[in-house]
Amino acid sequence: MNRFAILATLAFLTGCAAAPDGAGVNDPLEGLNRGVHGFNKGVDTLALRPVSQVYGTVVPDPVRTGVDNFSDNLGLPGVIVNNTLQGDLESAASNTGRFLVNSTFGLLGILDPATELGAPKRDTDFGETLHVWGVGEGAYVELPVLGPSTTRDTAGFIVDVFLDPLDAVLESPESDYRLGARGAEIANTRYRFGDTVDGILYESADSYAQSRLIYLQNRRFELGIEDPSSSLGPADTDGSLYDDLYFE
Amino acid sequence: MEASMTIFTLNNLSRRGFLGGLAALAATPALSLTSREAERLVSGLVGDINAAIGSGKSEAAMIGDFTRIFGRYGDVPAIARSALGPTARSLSSSELSSYTQAFQGYIGRKYGKRFREFIGGRIEVNGARQAGRFYEVSTTAFLRGESPFEVTFIVSDRSGQDRFVNMLIEGVNLLATERVEITALLDRNRGNVGGLINDLQRAG
Repeated sequence: MNRFAILATLAFLTGCAAAPDGAGVNDPLEGLNRGVHGFNKGVDTLALRPVSQVYGTVVPDPVRTGVDNFSDNLGLPGVIVNNTLQGDLESAASNTGRFLVNSTFGLLGILDPATELGAPKRDTDFGETLHVWGVGEGAYVELPVLGPSTTRDTAGFIVDVFLDPLDAVLESPESDYRLGARGAEIANTRYRFGDTVDGILYESADSYAQSRLIYLQNRRFELGIEDPSSSLGPADTDGSLYDDLYFE
Repeated sequence: MEASMTIFTLNNLSRRGFLGGLAALAATPALSLTSREAERLVSGLVGDINAAIGSGKSEAAMIGDFTRIFGRYGDVPAIARSALGPTARSLSSSELSSYTQAFQGYIGRKYGKRFREFIGGRIEVNGARQAGRFYEVSTTAFLRGESPFEVTFIVSDRSGQDRFVNMLIEGVNLLATERVEITALLDRNRGNVGGLINDLQRAG
């Protein structure tokens, strides 16, 4: 994709930004999103859930953790680029030290001695970079296979693919190992949070609305956005929700 | 935060000398009683949760434990009414009471059956602060094989006693997620509260 196409996509996606940050749920594409959600649930039922159960049962925990570490470590250069773009040089330095230590003493990132040494992963992505640059959250979208997102985070995801320095360096078969490890990491995450995900997708009365709410609240928390729609939280200063809770 | 600062100050009393300590105490803003009580409530709650996690009981016994803990420390009638929203106003008192009871059992089952994920884990109380008309008590959950994460309890004394009225796990507001769930269940029953109560008695 050429640079113009990326910029045009970005401009389109972020142009959808209508609601101010943290103000409830902005979901103009709900009909379409619900269709995608149904598709994603099918993918989970038929593929991700059974695969994750086999992977989690057959492969011992230390091996799965090693694969997760390996995949995380290869993601760090892209994270460091975003730390830098956000002006967060402290995290960029910490993550750089982490990458160097884990790539060498951590045997290509399979082990994680850096966390013990005081440099735990400080994760970020280009969606957060856009937030730091003042781009609004935009509309909620549920992406096929990838799941809950917003127009801003979708733009960020696309940019991250092109921004990754390792992607330019790695060739086959190393790039295939990386892709495989990433896939295994997703399966392991689905396995580790199995009951939580099952509860949201298969036991709630409206799994679409539940995953939308949980994604938006957690993402805003990650980005440090105070959510005025979050009742009984610090933003509830006018007492209206209090009255809702204790109406007389 | 304020409370932990006070504890820090007290711990350092002997080291700094009594007069220096007094000066430090005087410089610390007076802690409101309720903020301290809010923290005490959550400490009790967390102590009971940790004991339940450590008991190694069966899932059914854990669900019973959690339902009791929820009833003892939570303002169940207020949480249940808030989850139902404006519809609650139209309920008769007997409907409201059977709905509240069904809601408590549903919450107990829903979260109680997740307790085995917490085995080997613990929750630590960090401190309390006033936030509007509520008190926020910040805690950290340490679960096996996971990075520590933040759990905030929202405490109110509006019921006449200090009770928690909400919980935020990494920013996810449990009362808000239950509002979505109860609204969806009510829609499924076309607004019929009897149907909602029936569903709740089986859900979770």
